[in-house]
Amino acid sequence: MSDKKIKLKLHVYRQASKGAPGEMKQYALEDVSPHMSFLEMMDVLNEQLMNKGEEPIAFDHDCREGICGMCSMVINGKPHGGHRGVTVCQLHMRHFNDGDEIFVEPWRAKAFPVLRDLVVDRQAFDRIVAAGGYVSVNTGGAPDANALPIPKKAADLAMDAAACIGCGACVAACKNASAMLFVAAKASHLNHLPQGEVERYERVKNMARQMDEEGFGTCSNLSQCEAVCPKEISVRVIAEFNRDLLKAQAK
Amino acid sequence: MNLDAKIPEGPIEQKWTKHKMALPLVNPANKRKFKVIVVGTGLAGASAAATLSELGYQVEAFCFQDSPRRAHSIAAQGGINAAKNYQNDGDSVRRLAYDTVKGGDYRSREANVYRLAEVSANIIDQCVAQGVPFAREYGGHLSNRSFGGAQVSRTFYARGQTGQQLLIGAYQALEKQVNAGAVKMHSRHEMLELVVVDGHARGIVTRDMVSGKIEAWAADAVVLATGGYGNVFYLSTNAKGCNVTANWRAARKGAGFANPCYTQIHPTCIPQAGDYQSKLTLMSESLRNDGRVWVPKKVGDNRAPGQIPEDERDYYLERKYPSFGNLAPRDISSRAAKQVCDEGRGVGPGGRGVYLDFADAIKRLGKPVIADRYGNLFDMYSTITGEDPYTVPMRIYPAVHYTMGGLWVDYNLMSNLPGLHVIGEANFSDHGANRLGASALMQGLADGYFVLPYTISAYLATAKQPKVTSDHPEFKKAVDDARARMTKLLSIKGKRTVDSFHRELGMLMWNKCGMGRTEASLKELLAAIPRLREEFWRNVNVPGSAESLNQALEKAGRVADFFEFAEVLAMDALDRAESCGGHFREEHQYEDGEAKRNDAEYQHVSVWEWKGEGQAPVRHKEPLVFESFKPSIRSYK
Repeated sequence: MSDKKIKLKLHVYRQASKGAPGEMKQYALEDVSPHMSFLEMMDVLNEQLMNKGEEPIAFDHDCREGICGMCSMVINGKPHGGHRGVTVCQLHMRHFNDGDEIFVEPWRAKAFPVLRDLVVDRQAFDRIVAAGGYVSVNTGGAPDANALPIPKKAADLAMDAAACIGCGACVAACKNASAMLFVAAKASHLNHLPQGEVERYERVKNMARQMDEEGFGTCSNLSQCEAVCPKEISVRVIAEFNRDLLKAQAK
Repeated sequence: MNLDAKIPEGPIEQKWTKHKMALPLVNPANKRKFKVIVVGTGLAGASAAATLSELGYQVEAFCFQDSPRRAHSIAAQGGINAAKNYQNDGDSVRRLAYDTVKGGDYRSREANVYRLAEVSANIIDQCVAQGVPFAREYGGHLSNRSFGGAQVSRTFYARGQTGQQLLIGAYQALEKQVNAGAVKMHSRHEMLELVVVDGHARGIVTRDMVSGKIEAWAADAVVLATGGYGNVFYLSTNAKGCNVTANWRAARKGAGFANPCYTQIHPTCIPQAGDYQSKLTLMSESLRNDGRVWVPKKVGDNRAPGQIPEDERDYYLERKYPSFGNLAPRDISSRAAKQVCDEGRGVGPGGRGVYLDFADAIKRLGKPVIADRYGNLFDMYSTITGEDPYTVPMRIYPAVHYTMGGLWVDYNLMSNLPGLHVIGEANFSDHGANRLGASALMQGLADGYFVLPYTISAYLATAKQPKVTSDHPEFKKAVDDARARMTKLLSIKGKRTVDSFHRELGMLMWNKCGMGRTEASLKELLAAIPRLREEFWRNVNVPGSAESLNQALEKAGRVADFFEFAEVLAMDALDRAESCGGHFREEHQYEDGEAKRNDAEYQHVSVWEWKGEGQAPVRHKEPLVFESFKPSIRSYK
């Protein structure tokens, strides 16, 4: 693998605070190692800015290993940069070339207001989960874990959906800023398990209602969400959700 | 400092049962009169906040992330231990407790550990009831695998995302309670002070990380579930936001800090690639179920791994520890890796790496089986390194991962400050000097679901403290202190960034207090830290204002606390002139390089009391008594 350092021209979205006007600002960066992650490249840029007396670019990040769901950047128009199955923190600079221009923007959706620069407010997702994304069981008194065998197929389907990290890339990718992939993944995880079956129809109704209240758009049916999902959640969960929602509404 | 551990009398098997009966209860109608603050929403915090509110307490929960679901428990990959004995391989509560006490090198409190093993089975039941999608066999029953330090299969897992699935289970339980109006959740809030009134912990001060607003919150008890301090080393497997501030601020208010020198270096991480590196990524220990660790026998052998014939490879873990082989515990595997790299037999850039090879497993089981077991881990490795672990062995090297030390707590998980409870990685009690794999998730959920919800009533039912509000002078003073610290950091306007100081501190810690420690290196460290800290307070550059989202300011506050805490960690490492678990003092080893414990002098918990800036902290001791598990030389040969 080449160790050759590269030069970049970055265009980064800057916004001082919630509700303030934003703008794209241009930055030049040299000596970028191909082994760096995208966020490490942003760290280096921020060090440069601070050493020049400027304020660093605010961006969300935490685990830097693709599981916490905190990092959230649209890179050249694609949430998480457009490589299959990775978050921004797992995107490495070896995928860029010397002299590239890179555009970095926050998730853009009415339900995800920008708080500063690339940082957005995703509490709408928490409120959707609070509306029904759980099994209503209190601590204590659970039966033995093996008392109820669950077919491996069902457990695997539940796990496929449960892999969602709640990053919101699906919303950022959708021209309608729909949260369907996130919401349906949560419902699918629980609905495939006998423990979640009991509340299945109430769950989809309540989560769908909350999703609408938060200002997310309707599903575009274009599957851009699946293409950018860092956990590669399949849109089959949306089909399941729509089917359950129809049944729930008929009940 | 009062260090009464309040360990119940009687045989170890009956202590918890008897204690639960003896604990005073708060009647249901009175529970809603008590408010409990829970800081941190990882496995311990989220499970405690949910369970306490289910019981009827008013709960206010805080986290610095944008959502409680993102706490760093989420990154745990491999699994969670439980003494279910579903595999019929001889597991039991006693065996799990024994493995954990032995794994901790006889430096944990055995009564706490036994209780942990006892409630472990309930955790799995609870999680399954919540819909945690654990791996299953074709018959529909739960699947298990083995982890380091154990000779039974007792680890439950959800692909390589066990922490994520368990945390989402706890997070969903928490959101259920938020929806019921029983928990008030404050995300993007960072705790900056603990408030103590008349000797009791009565609240906290937080900074709203979006608006910068500093606020005080009063309650009847405070629970810290604020994780470990691994980021004092700058590079670690922890999330970037993990910090010691909440715990350190509590220590400054009088809570004892126990065993800070017990830090765990995890053997299987992706080696560092450059100076810009911001964190190290763990590769789950579960990989050692099927991967074989080796280095070339010859020093300086630069051939590609595939070119090195079988008889020129040293499978050093299998050679040195035949009965545990590649599943030797973490501290032992890490030191063995350092040893072969120090000998010049390391692989990859800088010679700081060893191979973790799956070729034999792929030959034996086929690629699909390996992909099913570890697919996402292999993908993660190839994303980061650009190499394909199905065809080229992984390169791994140890990295700071977990901290066994933490705030001192008694059997009720309450610190020496009445009302202040500490759970999960933030406390010290269960893992001694070394934690076994898949035991952190177990401890976090045990504390949050099944221990604290019982034991907190011991305090609430008997404390009889008057109600306080955040208008109390102690709260106002704590708010002023927090504000003054922010103002100070912003006013320095020096020449160096926060990260540059943090990196330098981390490098010092790693070089002088990392996998190997000596009296000389620790003395050098203790001379270097104050110098660097002094420069920090004179020359740090924190741009921006306190009244906005300011990530440089957040980091500066955390690094300032790491600077004070690091010194105590180093003092503890110097004070403990023995080797045990993750604490390896090079002067104290057997001829074969194994750790030499000194039970006669050091069979105690070291608890550090803060005496103020510029004053030396004072070390207190809680003697460790082993009635059920007699200390022996820890051998995995």
